[in-house]
Amino acid sequence: MASKKNEKITRVWEAALEELNALMGGFAVALSPYNLMLMMIGIILGVIIGVLPGLGGANGVAILLPLTFTMPPTSAIILLTSIYWGALFGGAITSILFNIPGEPWSVATTFDGHPMAQKGKADEALVGAFTSSFVGAIVAVALITFLAPLVAKFALKFGPAEFFAVQFLTFASFIGMGRGSPSKTLASMCLGFALAAVGLDNVTGTLRMTFGHDELLNGFKFLVGVIGLFGIGEILASMEDGLKFNGPAARLRMNVVIETWKKLPAMWLTFLRSCIVGCWMGITPGGATPASFMSYGLAKRFSKNGDNFGKGELEGVVAPETAAHAAGTSALLPMLTLGIPGSPTAAVLLGGLMIWGLQPGPLLFVEKPDFVWGLIASMYLGNVVGLVLVLTCVPLFASILRIPFSIIAPSIIVICAIGAFTVNNAMFDVWMMMIFGVAGYVFTKLGYPLPPLVLALVLGDQAESSFRQAMLISQGNLSVFWSNWLVGTIMTLGLLLLFSPLLQTLKMKFQTRQATT
Amino acid sequence: MTKRKQTGRFTRLVVAASLLATASVASVSVAYAQAWEPTKPVTFIIPAGAGGGADQMARFVQGVIQKNNLMKQPMIVINKAGGAGAEGFLEMKTSQRDPHKIIITLSNLFTTPLATGSPFNWKDMSPVAMLALDQFILWVNTDASYKTTKDYVEAVKSGSDRQFKMGGTGSKQEDQILTAAIEKQTGGKKFIYVPYAGGGQVAVQLVGKHIDSTVNNPIEAVSQWRAGQLVPLCLFDAKRSTYTEKVTATQSWSDIPTCREAGLPVEYQMLRGIFMAKGTTPAQNAYYVDLFKKVQATPDWQELMKSGAFNQTFMSGPEFETWVAENEKLHVDLMKEAGFLATSN
Repeated sequence: MASKKNEKITRVWEAALEELNALMGGFAVALSPYNLMLMMIGIILGVIIGVLPGLGGANGVAILLPLTFTMPPTSAIILLTSIYWGALFGGAITSILFNIPGEPWSVATTFDGHPMAQKGKADEALVGAFTSSFVGAIVAVALITFLAPLVAKFALKFGPAEFFAVQFLTFASFIGMGRGSPSKTLASMCLGFALAAVGLDNVTGTLRMTFGHDELLNGFKFLVGVIGLFGIGEILASMEDGLKFNGPAARLRMNVVIETWKKLPAMWLTFLRSCIVGCWMGITPGGATPASFMSYGLAKRFSKNGDNFGKGELEGVVAPETAAHAAGTSALLPMLTLGIPGSPTAAVLLGGLMIWGLQPGPLLFVEKPDFVWGLIASMYLGNVVGLVLVLTCVPLFASILRIPFSIIAPSIIVICAIGAFTVNNAMFDVWMMMIFGVAGYVFTKLGYPLPPLVLALVLGDQAESSFRQAMLISQGNLSVFWSNWLVGTIMTLGLLLLFSPLLQTLKMKFQTRQATT
Repeated sequence: MTKRKQTGRFTRLVVAASLLATASVASVSVAYAQAWEPTKPVTFIIPAGAGGGADQMARFVQGVIQKNNLMKQPMIVINKAGGAGAEGFLEMKTSQRDPHKIIITLSNLFTTPLATGSPFNWKDMSPVAMLALDQFILWVNTDASYKTTKDYVEAVKSGSDRQFKMGGTGSKQEDQILTAAIEKQTGGKKFIYVPYAGGGQVAVQLVGKHIDSTVNNPIEAVSQWRAGQLVPLCLFDAKRSTYTEKVTATQSWSDIPTCREAGLPVEYQMLRGIFMAKGTTPAQNAYYVDLFKKVQATPDWQELMKSGAFNQTFMSGPEFETWVAENEKLHVDLMKEAGFLATSN
């Protein structure tokens, strides 16, 4: 018995050693000067792409993909994934400085990042965001290194019911986010669902709510909504404040990196939770955007400082950034092992793999170990290089806020317009962005929270599809959501989270009544 | 004397002038027939989302053109997937006489206007060439009890109605049309058709046993076949595939029986073709036909055809136009029978 156990342990140990060995081989591939140079170029390009809203990692990679056809596959993927890392880092910059999420997964970063910038702590928010991105990514890469085959099997367990359960959990963890009245939160979320429903219905193959307008065929794209609601809305609000930006108080502190790092270890629990959420959402594949929302919602619920979230809490930046980066990184795993892309960028990379003559899927690790381990090693290196690059640039980024509002505001509007146009190459989206901008301003004035609307807009479509696929499979039987331990656990967790604020209020009312009697 | 000389000179002048004119007309028409070339970047529209079969092929074409320097102007690939591709096709419809826009088609060229009532038809565009025909294969999980098409059809027949789940890409598009065609052979037993967003996802859902079978294109499920997770039962073509090179340890594409010979008489293939805007000149059309012939001659292209077991039929001109018209009729019939037509049609 004991010897059997020992044997098992030795076997596991040997397997781990073998993987370390392969990884070291990968480092040897990735560390060549040519590949390191590509890495630097990729990250700088990626940061720029991430900063420009609408351009996005997927577009950036798609544009550069043809340039890589003449490179060796490993160098090509190092360049392209570095763009991906860069875009992940870069998305946080405009979210914090201008309340404009450069990428969908940075929306949750604006909730606390921008208030921090308004308080003059933009540099601290940036350092926090970059560092937590790094932590999330490294944890996810470690997961890929050692658990790839195991994790790939786990992803196979996800059918429509499981997907819906995860999306439900995201919504549930987000309820009660707004400080406004619950009915306003609900109204905002419902509007988001309605907007998400416009366009083609994937389940019946018919058009919904397009009212005969060809422009509406594509539905309301999340990015257009977000750029308008947050970016343009913020500019309108600043104009009301007498054309002054609340940020220029930003002092330039040279020791800000050390100062911020000192604060981070206390948030280890948030880091851990966000890493788990992020890796899980990346693998299943839920994606970086829902991961960031879910992680923010959970951190707000469980953190000691939860009540201060939304007013400029560093922890509110750490939670979504860690999760987004962990998810963005682990999203590459299902792409490599199953051939399903975990994110739009991964989808474009997938196309690239085929052109380089590589077939993503279960056999890639066996047939092309050089490529796979070179890629994984480049993930470690790329993130280290990326972190150093962006951290050194923090004072530069933060000083952008010192530019007078009269100069910065028109440039932001132009960049937003370009971003909205790029999403579909359609002028219609630019007008939509302006309308969303006015709507965002009005919503804020009337105390309707925007995050529930945005969440419903980004996830509503997917959640609806999964729910209806699950209903098709079970032929309308709701018990499918408790048909096995996996989906049952997630659904029950979701329900608990959904009703916990209600239960708490009831409990408090009960206690006060008892106290008065 | 002088007068005659003058007329003589005049005649010669006229002759020379007319000769010159004919020559220049001839040279112009030669230039017209052969030498039209794009004068600005060419937009290549994909009426489908990123990562799907059409997207992969279009980006592959872009890569091949760039790598082999087949075109002087750059090619820009954009996805216009809205409304099951209607967005892309409507853009072509409104781009009349613009020779700098081409579009790759999948079967939504026919199915989208029929199912959604979107106001376009392939006749709103000008056909350029058929690149290939994409195949469909009936796939099941390796662990399933049925190993042949016959066993599978028997299992569906003897099961209860709507017991078997067929996964596919989109709704009222090629996969569901094919499912409806299979249902005619299963003794009145219907499938539950579960629509997913993309072909790769469908294959993985079958590996995870969330559905019982799929009609994935070869390229969408080949890696799972090679890994021993999925088994191909039959090919929905009139003839077996011509690719005899081993794909798995023991089997090649040509080892897969056609569905007809395996006892399931259903055939269906999907057009991977190129169209350009209406009102463009024959010379402009000829340029793209020539371009795609060059693309097809590259070894890269041959490799893609092999890995995806494509049926390599090339057509252009009137031949292609006739084929498209016939294929449209086939889709109208199939969709009418299945009840997929939009109510307005």
